[in-house]
Amino acid sequence: MSASMKAVRSALVAAMAMAGSAAIYTHVAAQPKEKVIKIVAKRFDYTPGNFTLKKGEPVILELTSADVLMGFNLPDFNLRADIIPGKVTRVRFVPDKTGTFTFLCDIFCGTGHEKMNGKLTVVG
Amino acid sequence: MNHFNRREFLKLAGLGGVGVVFSSALPGVARAAAADEFYFLQLSDTHWGFEGPPNPDAKGTLRKAVASVNQLGYQPDFIVFTGDLTHTTDNPVERRRRMTEFKQIVSDLKVKNVRYMPGEHDASLDNGKAFKEFFGPTNYTFDHKGVHFIVLDNVSDPRALIGDEQLAWLAADLKQQHTNAPIVVFTHRPLFDLMPQWDWATRDGAKAIELLMPYQNVTVFYGHIHQEHHQMTGHIAHHAAKGLMFPLPAPGSQPNRTPLPWDPAQPYKGLGFRGIDAEVKDAEYKLTEYPVVKKVPG
Repeated sequence: MSASMKAVRSALVAAMAMAGSAAIYTHVAAQPKEKVIKIVAKRFDYTPGNFTLKKGEPVILELTSADVLMGFNLPDFNLRADIIPGKVTRVRFVPDKTGTFTFLCDIFCGTGHEKMNGKLTVVG
Repeated sequence: MNHFNRREFLKLAGLGGVGVVFSSALPGVARAAAADEFYFLQLSDTHWGFEGPPNPDAKGTLRKAVASVNQLGYQPDFIVFTGDLTHTTDNPVERRRRMTEFKQIVSDLKVKNVRYMPGEHDASLDNGKAFKEFFGPTNYTFDHKGVHFIVLDNVSDPRALIGDEQLAWLAADLKQQHTNAPIVVFTHRPLFDLMPQWDWATRDGAKAIELLMPYQNVTVFYGHIHQEHHQMTGHIAHHAAKGLMFPLPAPGSQPNRTPLPWDPAQPYKGLGFRGIDAEVKDAEYKLTEYPVVKKVPG
């Protein structure tokens, strides 16, 4: 990544931090009973790229970025978060329907951005 | 060639596209071109710099499109490029090289009134810095023969946000317009949630639509999805244009938004550009879709 691109991303991250992340993210202290799924985003994929949850079972997604500012968007559940490098973004989530759903990066991150997505399967 | 003759030309050439209506109360009797009618072209998603199997003629397609525009028997009042002029690159030097080449190629257009706007491939990695150096502001307005045109930037912020500042600018501009004024919006991404699972949306696009809703004659032309698409949000029509590098699948028609494969039997299939007949009095826009090349040699 070029120096200028890093600078733009850094400025964006700083601005977002100043704007107050509480309105954007849901930071929830992990409860022992809740399942935690750790997801690492890097240009241009997520690890894991596929995961399965049970309907009605609360889960905490722990999102981190290995390189640049990324998005995590799960449109079918109206759930999204920014993943800021160097921070852990925690999102509590209770899947309320079964099926296979796409999640994707919705912050343009380069030439492979359009392929940066994964699948969530929710079983009954 | 005046507007009436342009229509006659289309009729004779059999080039009438979807939605183009040819009517004359007095067939064969010429009339002067109406003052409240004009014609413009929309070209989109040229992705200059892209290389790959989806387009084996990646270095030739834009030039062919420019030649096809120049060969039209009539010329538009202006041409608008609705974003993704270049394909993205992390390298700022390469980005500028691509913009230089793009600009050089489209300088061959006979029509010199050309409007540009960025797509995320042009602007999202540097907040539009290079684009502005080459093409000027990323959002602006202009008026043409009674129509108010608004160019909205929903790509310079990589989060696909128009942003509060630009929304305030839009609101202030709209306040100057009568609610019956004919208004055309050019933007890159769809302002509505066409397919959020494929990033075919603008995160705060609903705010722009809300600002536009009180105006009775609003039409939006956009790009991004590399295919023709038409949708209404209330009384506002949204028209997506084909691209000029590779076509993308219909929303949700396949698991991923990967480009449609090149078909050697039908080269340039799914690519093209659009002509728009504007009838100002009725705020009607009749669309004609053109292929990259009229007839593929060989």
